[in-house]
Amino acid sequence: MLRYLARRLLQGVFVLWAAYTLSFLILFTLPGDAATVAAAGGGDAGSVDPKLVEQLRHEYGLDQPLWLQYLRALGRALHGDFGSNPQTGQPALHEVTQVLPNTLGLAAAALLLAVVVGFLLATLSTFPRASWLRQTLGALPPLGAAVPVFWIGLLLLQWFSFHLRWFPSLGDQGFRSLVLPAVTLAVPTGAYIAQLLSRSLRLTLGRPYIEQVRAKGAGEARVHFAHALRNAVLPTLTMVGVLIGNLLAGTVVTETVFSRTGVGRLVVQAVGDRDLPVVQVVVVFAALVFVVSSLAVDLVYPLIDRRIVLGRAAAIA
Amino acid sequence: MTTRVSAPKHATAPVAVLVAGAAALAFALAGCSGGSGGSGQTAGASSSTDEKPVSGGNLTFALSSELGCIDPQQVGNNDDIAIARQTVASLTTQDPKTGDIKPWLSSSWKVNTDASSFTFTLRAGATYSDGTPIDAESVKQNFEGIQALGAKATLGSTYLSGLKDVQVVDPRTVQVDFNGPSAQFLQATSTFSLGLVSDASTKLSVADRCAGKFAGSGPFTVKSFTPQSEAVLAKRDRYDWGSSTNAHTSEAYLDSVTFKVVPEASTLTGSLSSGQIDASADVQVTDLPQFDGNGFWVLNRTNPGVVYNLYLNAKTPAFADQSVRQAISKAIDRKAEAKLLTQWDKPATSVLSSSTPYWTDESSLLMQDVTGAKRLLDDDGWKVGGDGIREKDGQKLSFKLVYWQPSNDELQLVQQELKAIGIDLQLKQTTIADATATNNGTQALSWGNLTRADPDVVRTVFSARGTQNNNHRAAEPVDDLLDQQAATTDAKARQKLVDQATQQLIKEAWSIPVYQLSTTIAASEKVHDLKFEASSRLDFYDAWLSN
Repeated sequence: MLRYLARRLLQGVFVLWAAYTLSFLILFTLPGDAATVAAAGGGDAGSVDPKLVEQLRHEYGLDQPLWLQYLRALGRALHGDFGSNPQTGQPALHEVTQVLPNTLGLAAAALLLAVVVGFLLATLSTFPRASWLRQTLGALPPLGAAVPVFWIGLLLLQWFSFHLRWFPSLGDQGFRSLVLPAVTLAVPTGAYIAQLLSRSLRLTLGRPYIEQVRAKGAGEARVHFAHALRNAVLPTLTMVGVLIGNLLAGTVVTETVFSRTGVGRLVVQAVGDRDLPVVQVVVVFAALVFVVSSLAVDLVYPLIDRRIVLGRAAAIA
Repeated sequence: MTTRVSAPKHATAPVAVLVAGAAALAFALAGCSGGSGGSGQTAGASSSTDEKPVSGGNLTFALSSELGCIDPQQVGNNDDIAIARQTVASLTTQDPKTGDIKPWLSSSWKVNTDASSFTFTLRAGATYSDGTPIDAESVKQNFEGIQALGAKATLGSTYLSGLKDVQVVDPRTVQVDFNGPSAQFLQATSTFSLGLVSDASTKLSVADRCAGKFAGSGPFTVKSFTPQSEAVLAKRDRYDWGSSTNAHTSEAYLDSVTFKVVPEASTLTGSLSSGQIDASADVQVTDLPQFDGNGFWVLNRTNPGVVYNLYLNAKTPAFADQSVRQAISKAIDRKAEAKLLTQWDKPATSVLSSSTPYWTDESSLLMQDVTGAKRLLDDDGWKVGGDGIREKDGQKLSFKLVYWQPSNDELQLVQQELKAIGIDLQLKQTTIADATATNNGTQALSWGNLTRADPDVVRTVFSARGTQNNNHRAAEPVDDLLDQQAATTDAKARQKLVDQATQQLIKEAWSIPVYQLSTTIAASEKVHDLKFEASSRLDFYDAWLSN
């Protein structure tokens, strides 16, 4: 078990390093850098003074060879210093941690909502006797997964904020401002969970052991919740890492539509501004979330299915 | 849109209905009266100013781009400028109607004949928000601080280029000397870029200044600043040095102004119409009509400076040929371009926009003439090929334009107009970073404008001796004219030089004006006297909210 953990941690460190390096290289292959953006002023200076760009490039240290810039940045990053936003001089780590609670709050609320609704929809679409009800409920998840997030956001805003005025359209202060964004973000994730879970529930319900449980006289509720769900949940659990990744990606759109501060919106701006330090902090953070959540899921497996033993290949046939 | 009308308590129901009907009629009439156009500089259905201003309240103003740096001496982004402008006073102010430079922190000034030495006499009693006096020494600290910021002061450092030294003659007199003529400097002293902050503030780190931790000289101070999303300005108590071009000189009427960033256009429109924000200057053109009346008002003003231009690169062989350049300019229908903008926008009539001091209407030189354009190309030997594109000696009139500005519709019209005379223009819109890196002098043509309420902006953009030199030309006689206007303080003489230079740039088609940039405020009826200053920047000092 300890050896398993050590190996996984080592893999995690590799993933973080790879994320750091790739984001560095990708941003450098994009045309333009922080100096050209700063010189353009972001406003109406359509024409840029090339001398000014050179001067800024020198001030930002962007005129150094690429490998030197990379090694220096990596060395500092290992000590927790990811550098500063070249234009405002704010430390990148500070910029991200400042808005991180907002994004985590939004993602957590959306995840909770998605899990509850996803489980409800999945069980309801296999549970009722009436086939029309099963089919109607079963059609909802593909619909939810197909509709673009920004469209859901705008639709909710139109009705619940602009028309009924129940919720504010902007900002991130208080619970009321969290409702619409969380619902928006929960729709695709909830739909995904419902799709996965209902499929594997249907599969599990067709297994011979379920027939045996039924033959012993168990009611449908007992068959579902005590026997089928536990086995059916494994494939969904496997996808949790991916789901959290999707959630974080979804915050980009949600935070923009609802004018919330957060990591998603910050990273879009940072890419546009070629603000490498902020982009790297966010990428490394996202990689960290992915590594930790995958590890957590793997550690939970044996608790749900006793046949799984960690660290041994091909434990189940 | 719901219209709430509160009838007097004792009124009977039918009266209430009547009141509501009258109110609805009034709104309908207000809607009709809007958009009748104004003096050419400002237009739209503004709120009436007959009422007496009342103090108090918070105005919530929406911006569309993420907040970066709000230090007035470093700022370059239009949305950041809207915030920064309110925090500083300047040595002078510029009259938005006439373009004249008038007193603000300086009660008077003297300029020597070749515009290389400027002496300002400061008014007494003005202070920074940290309590220190605004004296000659602090002006010196400010200008030297901007020089030290160098490239980080994107605008201010160019206004001060050629600065020799700043001398403190006495506590209320400061003399600014340049190495050569710099007529533009007087107008520059009216801008936010040379707005004054306290001595201690000039020594703060770039990061602290950007985050609004400076002590300014203006009617508002920075109460809080959240990068990305929000800035709150608070009225400065006991401020009594309002500029001579404003409607009053004492404290601002608003207690505070909250700037909120709303990046998504439809959220911004919905938030304004549902009363969750009070005003914005970033409403999409297509959404503007709904705010013209109906409990709202709009105010449009053309930005002063060089209008949106196609800059042809002289190093491109086809564009070294004057006939090709002239044909492109003749192909463009500037009236049709203006129709793509708001209903208040007027066609481009010169290199300079109509709200710029020293602007002269040159529209007779900018008429669309498709047959004339074709004839120029025919006579010059450019033959239409099988694909409809003209060519000569194996060289095709086919070019690519990379730009980041929100000019898609306007440029697509240019694309169609050029196609009609046999020139192929490919368009690629991209990010600022991408476009700025691409347009490094190697491209056949580029696109841009520059906002500034002084004709010297023509020299900044077009002079072959300048650092921008957007046409990548070698020096020509027109550059002498541009240099001479920069050294002329006599208004009549300068006007003549500016006219000659702009006419020449248009005739030789180095300047191909396409349309004028304008800014439009859309605001709720309860907002009054939110205005534009001379550079079409927002001015919240006279603004007030009715109860």
